[in-house]
Amino acid sequence: MSGEERAGSEEVEIPDVTEVSGTGIPIRGNDIDTDQIIPARFMKVVTFDGLGEFAFFDQRFDEDDREKDHPMNEARFQDASIMVVNNNFGCGSSREHAPQALMRWGIDALVGESFAEIFAGNCLALGIPTVTADHETVNELQQFVEDHPDAEVHVDVAAETLAFDGREIGVTVDEGQRKALVDGIWDTTALMKSNREVIDETAAGLPYLEG
Amino acid sequence: MSRGTLYDKVWDRHKVTTLPNGADQLFVGLHLIHEVTSPQAFGMLRERDIEVARPDLTLATVDHIVPTADQSRPYGDDAAEEMMSELEANVRDAGIEFLDPTSGEQGIVHVVGPEQGLTQPGKTIVCGDSHTSTHGAFGALAFGIGTSQIRDVLATQTVAMDKQDVRKIEVTGDLGEGVEAKDVILEIIRRLGTEGGVGYVYEYAGEAVENLGMEGRMSICNMSIEGGARAGYVNPDETTYAWLADTDYFQDNPDEFEALRPYWESIRSDADAEYDDVVTVDGDALEPVVTWGTTPGQGVGITDPIPAPEDLPADKQDTARRAQEHMRVEPGDTMAGYPIDVAFLGSCTNARLPDLRRAAGIIEGREVHEDVRALVVPGSQRVQHAAEAEGLRDVFEAAGFDWRNAGCSMCLGMNEDQLEGDEACASSSNRNFVGRQGSKDGRTVLMNPQMVAAAAVEGAVTDVRELEEVVSV
Repeated sequence: MSGEERAGSEEVEIPDVTEVSGTGIPIRGNDIDTDQIIPARFMKVVTFDGLGEFAFFDQRFDEDDREKDHPMNEARFQDASIMVVNNNFGCGSSREHAPQALMRWGIDALVGESFAEIFAGNCLALGIPTVTADHETVNELQQFVEDHPDAEVHVDVAAETLAFDGREIGVTVDEGQRKALVDGIWDTTALMKSNREVIDETAAGLPYLEG
Repeated sequence: MSRGTLYDKVWDRHKVTTLPNGADQLFVGLHLIHEVTSPQAFGMLRERDIEVARPDLTLATVDHIVPTADQSRPYGDDAAEEMMSELEANVRDAGIEFLDPTSGEQGIVHVVGPEQGLTQPGKTIVCGDSHTSTHGAFGALAFGIGTSQIRDVLATQTVAMDKQDVRKIEVTGDLGEGVEAKDVILEIIRRLGTEGGVGYVYEYAGEAVENLGMEGRMSICNMSIEGGARAGYVNPDETTYAWLADTDYFQDNPDEFEALRPYWESIRSDADAEYDDVVTVDGDALEPVVTWGTTPGQGVGITDPIPAPEDLPADKQDTARRAQEHMRVEPGDTMAGYPIDVAFLGSCTNARLPDLRRAAGIIEGREVHEDVRALVVPGSQRVQHAAEAEGLRDVFEAAGFDWRNAGCSMCLGMNEDQLEGDEACASSSNRNFVGRQGSKDGRTVLMNPQMVAAAAVEGAVTDVRELEEVVSV
């Protein structure tokens, strides 16, 4: 899913994302904003390359760049690909740098109680599911991955289920997101570009574009 | 689902088709771009060998990284210079108009769009910036997008969106002395929560909103996203049309103004429009609102006590505890008297000419407190020059404020203007997140511009209505 793999031509191969499996990492707390996920000073760049190391930087390092207690600093979570979060995750700025940083750190899917809208849309544009579950389920999953950092967590986007600890639990994937991921139509550029004629017709009907 | 609202009407006019994933493809009437979120999108276009579809409907400015003191090139900050150079190259290659600092038209993207007369009722407007909701003040449907969506818009002049519900927020009554649009929106976010607007577009209505000028309406719509709503709007009316008629664009194109007016009238929400939710706020009861915490929803009236975490809803308690620890405030206290080190008057929320005028009205004849560094960062070069022409710069400088060039500045600290250490800042901006103003230990108190002025003078958060008369003017 990296930029390199996509490069080359307008005919971009868009993979289906029907399920994500991997180990988990818990990031606890409500209202975690995108300024926390990627502080603005790391956005003084013209590419997204290398943003992964700055994800949650101010939560992970002190002023002398010494590591603080944070799940992303722990060796046991270094291979995690499923981030488990709480309520209103990703609120604030529209910066796509936030999901880009998480993706480049290694995250392939997020499970949480709820997500801010622009953040969820930005994740979808990268093929990253933002799956929601109730407070109790999320808490249980956070505790499970905390206790079992090597255990596999399975997110089935198509079936809207979450499997861990020998259990399978129903979760919610926004209908549009689910279809886009499962059918491999989450990168919309080529799809929308193919509607050129209808785009022109729509524009022709707008009073402010006449004359 | 809503019916007959401005949102429904503008959506329908711009809908190209429904995509296979269920989202609607919407035509974009105006695409605003800036240096932080667009370079990667241009990069993606180059990778795919796609040209910019409608450079004529795209407008660029530079705001986030631009220095507000020394603007000579190359910029002192290499990273800022690289971002500026990249934007210059991208707009040159694509043939996009760029309001650069030499144009006299540069400024924060959400200030310059309206100034140029390009923010109009019934347009769809997008920008890679969450405060794009600002433009809804004119009855436009305006929302922030991510960089991959910028790529889509550059490539097709369309964007894929799911249609949302519409919540009407009716603000009744009259706003009292010292109470501004900023207080209205801070109160709305406090009541409905930072995630209360997820899935909604907000329609702001009621006499307290209708009586506001365009700048006040922009302040309200600007912070819709802080309440979780991706877009907010006010139905266009005579105030809107008068403001537009005054822009250079419509001064030069009076025929177009007359030709568009019926369209603008037609997209107003119908009297019998149906909403998914309606909320009423009593404008008469509002007082200046300030934040005590680290989300914009953690606000309180200036004479009201800071809430105890255990008195808040269960899912807010943990955030509140951490916020109070960070801010070093105690439940039961009011925010009045909270010492500040910095006063920042700026941002896309509150750095337009009337904002500066009201603050100057408080500052005139007074002096900035000796322990406070205070700066004014006008929202645009137009605002800056107009303020200078009517003597506001002199008022601020005489009081001890730094008078800067236009940009986003200390709202998010992407240039040299940042908090240091654990400084506390009285700020007219929109976000009090931890680390937002450039220092992870910094403390931000959001408030209206008059309140920022009062805090600058007193060296502490102050009820502007309680300031003693100036005797020596």
